Amino acid sequence: MFCIPYVKCLPLIALYGQLLLGLINGSFYALLSLGLAVIFGMLRVINFAHGALYMLGAFVSWWLSIAFGIPYWGALVLAPLAVGVVAVVIEKTMLHQMYRLDPLYGLLLTFGITQVIEGTFRYFYGASGQPYPPPAALSGPLNLGFMILPIYRGWVVLVSILACLGTWLLIERTRIGAYLRAATENPVLVQTFGINVPLMMTLTYAFGAALAGFAGVLAAPIYQVSPLMGTNLIIIVFAVVVAGGMGSILGAIVTGYILGLLEGLTKVFYPEASNIVIFVVMAIVLLLRPAGLFGRAA
Amino acid sequence: MSLAARQRGAAAEGRSGFNTLLVAATLLAALAAPFIIYPVFLMNVLCFALFASAFNLLIGFVGLLSFGHAAFFGAAAYVTAHAAKVWGLPTELAILLGALAAAALGFVVGFLAIRRQGIYFSMITLALAQMFYFICLEVPFTHGEDGIQGVPRGTLFGIVNLDNNLAFYFVVLAIVAAGHLAIWRIVNSPFGNILKAIRDNEPRAISLGYNADSYKLRAFVLSAGLAGLAGGTNAIVFQLATLTGVQWQSSGEVILMTLLGGIGTLAGPPIGAAITVGLQTYLAAIDFPVTVLIGLIFVVCVLLFRRGVAGEILAYIRKRK
Repeated sequence: MFCIPYVKCLPLIALYGQLLLGLINGSFYALLSLGLAVIFGMLRVINFAHGALYMLGAFVSWWLSIAFGIPYWGALVLAPLAVGVVAVVIEKTMLHQMYRLDPLYGLLLTFGITQVIEGTFRYFYGASGQPYPPPAALSGPLNLGFMILPIYRGWVVLVSILACLGTWLLIERTRIGAYLRAATENPVLVQTFGINVPLMMTLTYAFGAALAGFAGVLAAPIYQVSPLMGTNLIIIVFAVVVAGGMGSILGAIVTGYILGLLEGLTKVFYPEASNIVIFVVMAIVLLLRPAGLFGRAA
Repeated sequence: MSLAARQRGAAAEGRSGFNTLLVAATLLAALAAPFIIYPVFLMNVLCFALFASAFNLLIGFVGLLSFGHAAFFGAAAYVTAHAAKVWGLPTELAILLGALAAAALGFVVGFLAIRRQGIYFSMITLALAQMFYFICLEVPFTHGEDGIQGVPRGTLFGIVNLDNNLAFYFVVLAIVAAGHLAIWRIVNSPFGNILKAIRDNEPRAISLGYNADSYKLRAFVLSAGLAGLAGGTNAIVFQLATLTGVQWQSSGEVILMTLLGGIGTLAGPPIGAAITVGLQTYLAAIDFPVTVLIGLIFVVCVLLFRRGVAGEILAYIRKRK
């Protein structure tokens, strides 16, 4: 048993279970807020469509399995690519016109795109979810001694940590990442050095979107594949991003995991508040440190 | 380029004589309308016209994009419905109480949101409104998914029976007209001029000695209160307060109305509200997903039509001069 005096006692198993769930939610928060931060850093656009792209990733993997019999492993590569292609189309046809305008227009445009994508999926698939089983190799439980871990859930946590670290390395430790950071600081100067900045912007948007699509594939076997899966998530991710501050890539990742875990703990000790705990944290951060936990004051 | 700065000068819409004529014609049309069109539909349009105008007070004249205005509309609807049904308050008091509750909520949300600027402000208002949605989902007095149903319309000052749609229409018209008059007064007051100064150049306004945060917060509270006035009235019209009112989709709709009609113009939001509510009513009859159409209009407006209906008309008039 695990006790907090005067509050609650519960079996350790339940605590571990909720902590694992929190870690999984945190993984999705981290992957999505990371993508938002990368896109915002380069494009100065808050991508409201991020939740819709995440949903698209899940739906593409479901389609691949239903229509072509392509298994999970194929979807893990193909679905993010497909979402990336959709993102390129969005950026090339519409979003690139927003760069010279107030950032609020970018938010409004991507909000509209979200409504179109989600509305269309809802029209054809309703609000209910489609089942998508995890691959055989990742099914079943693993006995860790202190708790039973469903293998797939462990896999999600592991892979998303790797994806986050990979993105961080790509941006902070490679030449492409250096161009990206330079273009974030001063696009005009970088362009005079002969680097194709508009292309970089397109690819950055596609990369952020592909991360969302990747998260969607990971989520498909855990939550059902449904048109609404991205809607509420994106608003929570906004709160995560505000609390963390979008200045640093690592900050977005760390805040995502911390708030996911915190949400899991709240589910254990005060389940009524679990829906709002992240928003409450955001409000407290705004009061104490308006620039965000990892943000620099503007 | 700031969202509202494109509309700079739009507030001074045309010449004043022409304006008076336009307002008089609109009022006459509004007085005659319920004899031709179904009054409940018109009352819905009027409520959303006030809601959109209240929203526009922030985006158009202070440059703040609130993505959570549904919280104020919906909160007022709940409070008004509860006060009228459970406490048995007179209708006019119930609506007033709803507006005050929305203003109080606006103070809390505004206080937190103005700590950040630009795009962050929008994200914070959206997040706090979503938090409010979850609270409404949990607390008992909102009755969860069912909402507060069967709210009595009551009588106005104990004299006019509001169950009569035609009589109630004129009451709603009076409320909405008063709301618009208040917005017009705010925008054209010294206070409103300082708001516009903050919108156009906040550091400069601060350097002139104005406490920008305090002005923003006051504008936010006013906007929330007026949105609440619309929400409370709407709850009495439909005798209903539900979760739909506090959903983020509703916040999106009011943005669309304002964008479509013309951000930063006084005539725009009511025009946008009429078009949007009309479309929704029309589409409910045929099998076409409303969200898709709303999304498409959003995209088209942002890409091609950023001045909105009223803004385009104004630009046309100005070009001809």
